[in-house]
Amino acid sequence: MLPDPNSLYGPLDPAPDAGYENAPPRMGFFTDTSVCIGCKACEVACKEWNGVPESGLDLLGMSYDNTGALTANSWRHVAFIEQPRPAGHRTPPFAGTPTDGSASAASAAAAAGTSERTGTDPGVPTGTPSAAARMAGGGPADVLGAIAADPTAAGRGGAGPQFLGMPGAQPPGRGTGVEERTDFRWLMMSDVCKHCTHAACLDVCPTGSLFRTEFGTVVVQEDICNGCGYCISACPYGVIDQRKDDGRAWKCTLCYDRLGAGMTPACAQACPTESIQYGPLDELRERAAARVATLHDRGVPEARLYGHDPNDGVGGDGAFFLLLDEPEVYGLPPDPVVTTRDLPKMWKRAGLAALAMAAATVAAFVGGSS
Amino acid sequence: MTPPGPVGDRFRRFRERLAAEGDDRPQVSDDRPSATSGAAAMSGAEATSGGDHPTDRGTAASSRRGDLTARRSTEAGGRQGRRRRRRGGGGEELRVPEAEFTSYYGRPILKAPVWKWDIAAYLFTGGLAAGSSLLAAGGQLTGRPALRRAGRVTALAAVSASAVFLVKDLGRPTRFHHMLRVAKPTSPMSMGTWILTAYGPAAGVAAIAEAAGVLPRHGLLGLAGRALPPIGHAAGLLAAGTAPALATYTGVLLADTAVPSWHEAYPELPVIFAGSALASGAGVGLLAAPPAQAGPARRMAVAGAALELYGAHRVETRLGLLSEPYRLGRPGRLLRAGRLLTAGGVAGALLGRRSRVVGALSGTALLAASVLTRFGIFYGGVASARDPRYTVVPQRERVEARRTGMDLPSDRAVPPAV
Repeated sequence: MLPDPNSLYGPLDPAPDAGYENAPPRMGFFTDTSVCIGCKACEVACKEWNGVPESGLDLLGMSYDNTGALTANSWRHVAFIEQPRPAGHRTPPFAGTPTDGSASAASAAAAAGTSERTGTDPGVPTGTPSAAARMAGGGPADVLGAIAADPTAAGRGGAGPQFLGMPGAQPPGRGTGVEERTDFRWLMMSDVCKHCTHAACLDVCPTGSLFRTEFGTVVVQEDICNGCGYCISACPYGVIDQRKDDGRAWKCTLCYDRLGAGMTPACAQACPTESIQYGPLDELRERAAARVATLHDRGVPEARLYGHDPNDGVGGDGAFFLLLDEPEVYGLPPDPVVTTRDLPKMWKRAGLAALAMAAATVAAFVGGSS
Repeated sequence: MTPPGPVGDRFRRFRERLAAEGDDRPQVSDDRPSATSGAAAMSGAEATSGGDHPTDRGTAASSRRGDLTARRSTEAGGRQGRRRRRRGGGGEELRVPEAEFTSYYGRPILKAPVWKWDIAAYLFTGGLAAGSSLLAAGGQLTGRPALRRAGRVTALAAVSASAVFLVKDLGRPTRFHHMLRVAKPTSPMSMGTWILTAYGPAAGVAAIAEAAGVLPRHGLLGLAGRALPPIGHAAGLLAAGTAPALATYTGVLLADTAVPSWHEAYPELPVIFAGSALASGAGVGLLAAPPAQAGPARRMAVAGAALELYGAHRVETRLGLLSEPYRLGRPGRLLRAGRLLTAGGVAGALLGRRSRVVGALSGTALLAASVLTRFGIFYGGVASARDPRYTVVPQRERVEARRTGMDLPSDRAVPPAV
């Protein structure tokens, strides 16, 4: 059988392309962050079911997020973003009762410098303080200047420069002047492996350890992986990661073992608000489109889908999201492209370079007698 | 939230400014001005103040100033005075203004490569093996035994070191043979495994055949001594036939990742690595062969250096924001030093063609330049994956360009309608 012309890039049904005959419908996740309450039941359920090792007990100071990122030891990661903005364009829930900016820019900047011994590589590396401060809506210059110049300056709002690695202890709105108060909203999002249509990790795996399942998902075979680390550099989402103690790469399997038995993946099963929905991808996409329309009607114009489009850079994600802000706010790349899209051109360039090398050698040896 | 800054405009202005400054090469350093002072930092006044940096970064910068200043004194020449005035003698230099971008607590979006220095070292030893095999084959076919012998022995040593580096870098070194389960054209590492599998034994046999000269003339060993040269001949040609693939596939190996500065450099990386391999092979020839036999090595050095310098210049200038990691910090220093050594090695090879000593020095310079270039490219890519700026800003520009249907956005202050 000839490979599909879209087998490196473009819309594609991955399971038949991988050689499955009569494959079941492609299964996936739709994570609706508008109803996520940040309970982290998904993180816990995933660890319990899959026997994922503990990933440290440090406080990262990133709001209520002490997981930090998807790693080999955290296959679900609940992100918390605090913003000085009203939740939607409807009447602010705190109208008349002004609140603090719940996480000050200084707190966010300090949180960027925390790290965690996750036992994985690269795990949860530190970030850029100025970029983190921008995320909280503050100007980075004054914030960082304040930290650098005067570490004892009194904190405005809850968490000041005296960084304790936790949200502020004061009730919102107390201890600040009225002019300092802002609206705020809390974004929560349970991140997971995207199970891309064109999965770069799978494409570049040199051992065949990563494979496409009949459900269209992407799974690492732990008895094959030799820890070469190529998938880690290749993933455009920064999902897959290496455990330091055993050297192998690990990520979400979309509970392949449960899927085979007709069960729902552990995280979706545990989610109390149906923020994580599991099902056939076609059905999820329809449900997601309807949900976005509903939210727009109800005055949440910033609701948008991420990873749902089969025409995007990775051919659409098996796990896609409804977001309430730009993807990079949640730590997602705004426009990921599978690296193997350009692979034919890369091999061509390498071939030309190899020819040039051979030609140069021939010329060097026949070019003269000295 | 939507990054409000007009990133595309800023970079266009920055590029125009660079073009206007002509040969005044962009000067760079590790610590950057914060976003709000980015445009103003072009004047250089704020950049050294350190007032808008966290303290630890400020001290790191000042501790680096010593060697930066030392390096500057060797390369700045006539412009030095002006810069000292602008920068107050510090290590601060003209650079791309920090684009305003958002990221989750400023943390990297991508996972940086887990490959350690041994992969960068392999890039060098693999290229050295390839270049040496080509040199040996040329020497073998044109009757230059010194080049042949040196090339074959170096190739075996380099390819053995490569195997050690590659296996050592695995998370599970005992499972190295799992690489031989599949042959996948979509995985450059798999292709490289098979290239090495073909090349390694051939290079090994060719090197062993060099032992023919020291074997006794009679008996069983004498028989081996008579059989070895033709076997070595065939093996040497086989090794040389696979050598160009060995030298250039590593460019695809790095480019076929999500690492921004590696991926976007995919047209140039194989060129740089081919040139670097030729130059290092030529270096072996210059080191080992008497000047009478080293003519081809000199010409290989010129060709290799030309490819290497052209490719490196392209990645340092063509990629816009993604060229920055190749100019800043340690990768920038490595690549600049590599360029100097390459130029010096070629000049020495051409000018000192009568002197064995100058030839050997030139060869050493070329080998060192190859090492530096490989490490510079390697660490430049790693730096681009560690900083979310290099992931978010180019992708955001792509999205905005699609949204507006224009090449570059003219106004990004308006939040997009959903």
